[in-house]
Amino acid sequence: MIINRDNDRIRLFNRRAVVLGGGQSLLVSALVGRMYYLQVIEADRYRMLAEENRINLRLLPPPRGRVLDRFGEPLAVNRQNFRVLIVSEQTRDLAATLDALADVIDLSEYDRDRVQKEVRRRRSFVPITVRENLDWEEMARIQVNAPDLPGVIVDEGLTRHYPQTQTAAHVLGYVSSVDEDDLTGDPLLQLPGFRIGKAGMEQKFDLALRGAGGTSQVEVNAVGRVIRELERKEGEAGTDLMLTLDERLQRYTSERLGAESAASVVMDIHTGEVLVMASTPSYDPNAFNRGLTQREWNALSGDPRAPMTNKAISGQYSPGSTFKMIVALAALEQGAITPEQTVSCKGYTDLGNRRVHCWEKRGHGAMDMVQAIAQSCDVYFYEVAGRVGVDRIAEMANRLGLGSSTGVGLAGERAGLIPTEAWKRATLGETWQKGDTFNVGIGQGHVLTTPLQLAVMTARLSTGLAVEPVLTRQVMIEETVVQRPPQAFAALNLDPAHIAVARQGMFEVLNGPRGTARASKLKLKDVQMSGKTGTTQVKRITMAEREAGLPDSDDVPWNERTHALFVAYAPEDNPRYALSVIIEHGGGGASVAAPIARDIMTEVLKLDPSRKPRVNDDQVAGTQPGAPA
Amino acid sequence: MTLTEKLWQMSWSLVFWLCAIATIGFFMLYSAANASLDPWTTRQAMRFGLGLVLLLTIAMIDIRLMMRYAYPLYAVVLVLLVFVEARGVVGGGAQRWIDLGAINLQPSELMKVALVLALARYFHSLSLEDTGRPTFLIVPLLMVFVPVVLILRQPDLGTALMVVMGAGVLFFMAGVRLWKFITLIVATLAAIPITWPMLAGYQQNRILTFINPERDPLGAGYHILQSKIALGSGGLFGKGFLQGTQSHLNFLPEQQTDFIFTMLAEEMGLVGGVTLIGLYVIVLIYGFAIALRCRHQFGRLVAIGVTTTFFLYVFINVAMVMGLIPVVGVPLPLISYGGTALLTIMLCMGLLMSVYVHRDVQIGVRGGYDDG
Repeated sequence: MIINRDNDRIRLFNRRAVVLGGGQSLLVSALVGRMYYLQVIEADRYRMLAEENRINLRLLPPPRGRVLDRFGEPLAVNRQNFRVLIVSEQTRDLAATLDALADVIDLSEYDRDRVQKEVRRRRSFVPITVRENLDWEEMARIQVNAPDLPGVIVDEGLTRHYPQTQTAAHVLGYVSSVDEDDLTGDPLLQLPGFRIGKAGMEQKFDLALRGAGGTSQVEVNAVGRVIRELERKEGEAGTDLMLTLDERLQRYTSERLGAESAASVVMDIHTGEVLVMASTPSYDPNAFNRGLTQREWNALSGDPRAPMTNKAISGQYSPGSTFKMIVALAALEQGAITPEQTVSCKGYTDLGNRRVHCWEKRGHGAMDMVQAIAQSCDVYFYEVAGRVGVDRIAEMANRLGLGSSTGVGLAGERAGLIPTEAWKRATLGETWQKGDTFNVGIGQGHVLTTPLQLAVMTARLSTGLAVEPVLTRQVMIEETVVQRPPQAFAALNLDPAHIAVARQGMFEVLNGPRGTARASKLKLKDVQMSGKTGTTQVKRITMAEREAGLPDSDDVPWNERTHALFVAYAPEDNPRYALSVIIEHGGGGASVAAPIARDIMTEVLKLDPSRKPRVNDDQVAGTQPGAPA
Repeated sequence: MTLTEKLWQMSWSLVFWLCAIATIGFFMLYSAANASLDPWTTRQAMRFGLGLVLLLTIAMIDIRLMMRYAYPLYAVVLVLLVFVEARGVVGGGAQRWIDLGAINLQPSELMKVALVLALARYFHSLSLEDTGRPTFLIVPLLMVFVPVVLILRQPDLGTALMVVMGAGVLFFMAGVRLWKFITLIVATLAAIPITWPMLAGYQQNRILTFINPERDPLGAGYHILQSKIALGSGGLFGKGFLQGTQSHLNFLPEQQTDFIFTMLAEEMGLVGGVTLIGLYVIVLIYGFAIALRCRHQFGRLVAIGVTTTFFLYVFINVAMVMGLIPVVGVPLPLISYGGTALLTIMLCMGLLMSVYVHRDVQIGVRGGYDDG
């Protein structure tokens, strides 16, 4: 009975064992089928995916081209930048590792918080920058302490460095991180930490300076760690750019302008090369590369002396009396007056029922043209401007380079303004008045010029040639940089005799017995400078103030004081260097601007930057400064 | 039988096949450690050696003794499970082991074996007619249900499913009617809408990611995707021993444990993978043959039970790494690095061998030494 029952069980068991075995066979077949599908049918696709996994194409950022001064002195270079990174998964305890790191290098609370925050956001194998711009010693200290700093990596790259900091910041511009708007499709721009030119020459020549990126094919593991390099294609370093600036003169000028809100331009009259373009106060372009804090940015953009503005090209000022040579040349060309004819100055002249004043209240007496320039007689130029008319003056001003952009090639250059009768009707809807002409006659009213334009004007009226300013010794043709061809300037069709009168007037400003700036004549042997002062009101002087006597400039709030201007060229007998200086709210042109102009010109003549460069171009294009070994 | 006789009775060819599979495992662990015996191969080989001793020891224990102690053994393992559960509540999070110092004892693994023994004993004592009566199924169902709930609470979905499936096969082989299975399966499917919210978030995620691995290519789906890439890129003959890019560049997760089959298939290709599966099939055939040749119901059920457990390990692991089923964390028998799973496998194989050695003994309904 028991045996029988067991036989039934055995039969059932055997039957079901076949079913179970069959089922398991089917499942095993499914596994083999799946394997066949993955490893044979889909093999190519997965092989490709495995390669994509394994091989990582990395862009190698090219070293950015340097920016040099006319003698090869570096203005913008690349410096070894050591960064310290941390990989959180390799640290046993992030906070402890950061503590240990803080014992070795300076680490701010802010940096620590930022790292902690980023660690939480990123995957644990992603390296996070702790600090950039470590110096050599800090780097060495980290390396020595490496055993106590698990997960801490020191990485090196190149970073832009401006060794002269503030000196030529406005011309150089700066590099900064790439914004959304800057993306052009160049994959280099996508690199983390990549910098592009955002202002000045760095911006204008960005493509040439940038170079072309190389590529490196590396085998990486799943956490992105590089196992080995499979193939490498070197990129092309950026082209070096040579400016026309003379770094020594630029530095001297910046220092001479000092803390004033001021600008100065020095040009080589023969070549148009700008040797100095200074604007103060300035800023440190290194800060932009590093990244400004909100506070630093607010301080820069909120400063009333506008350190971010290149006043040499973006500052528009009434030229004041420096404009008088233009009125004189226009008058001579038209025959409105001869150089010898005099105008009598009583200290004022009447215009209808209004009385307009000369800066010299006592009057200059009988003025011929040379003396009128030398003593800057306002009454003479009211009279002469009245005879010539504003449109003729404007025509002469345009010929000498005013009223339009010089085309020197810096972003932000302003055109200034030379008013005409038509201009006033079109823009202000008013008829031109004789009083307007009087104002133009002494370079005030609506007339606006930039310091660069004033330097160009001086260069042009001293030679009669259409001198054009340039800032670089190379030019960009499409995307390549070539040496600038030497240029010959066209004649301005000015009568040499007229030029001689204007130059004589400017000579007497400094060297004549009654010249307004005779205290600032050059103290060099055999070389004389000619120039012209200018003092422009930024606030209308009321009748009451005039009668009370003009206040001492020290009692006037800074932003209501007059601008001080000076334009000059030297040597007097063979003009080579033209210069303009403007000190915003500096006071008088003769008392403030002229001594500065004299000092700058003295330095220019001493250094004589128009001579052949000390270093030839082959040496300039040589290797970049090496890494510390 | 004397011990010597028992040694002679052993199926040494089965031992050979087990050693063959384990040897493949050693090579794979050597490769997973980037051509180094450290840290896995040496230790795994030592464990396997100990496991073999365990296997042979169990094989020589009288099967009737095991039948007699099947229930107490089950009870002890159940208590261990409750203990782990209680400590898990205190510790918070997944708590699956008891630390015994030298090894971490995982009671849920032991339960796979203990449940097979207990169910085999129960059905051995039950006549076919009784098996057909639903009332007699209440006790074995409870024997399955209680540990499964405990394991689910750990939470360990993979092991729980394995225990359920292993037990289901025993019910089936014991002769439970098919319509009862169908009723149960239908009832389970109907319960899905109710149980779904009770699953832990990671369990829901695993199932969702299984359905669509691209749902989260950097998260949970990443492992399946990388595993498929590794397998697929291996092709017919593989990239060569130690040459697997996916595994050696760490794209594979846990290539020494759950994903070791992927590494083998990447380096040895379809040929290597099918060869290993072939070896497993040989072991399964031994299991079935031993079950069919056994003269007592207890031995038959034990043999088919442990063989099924072995099959489930292989199938779930391989199907998982090939993206056929969700990632449930089941190791590959005799290949994956790890002590507990190896212990379970060797226990299973020891029991199988014991059934083989004691295939002809007579066992009474109550498990006594019935020589009549």
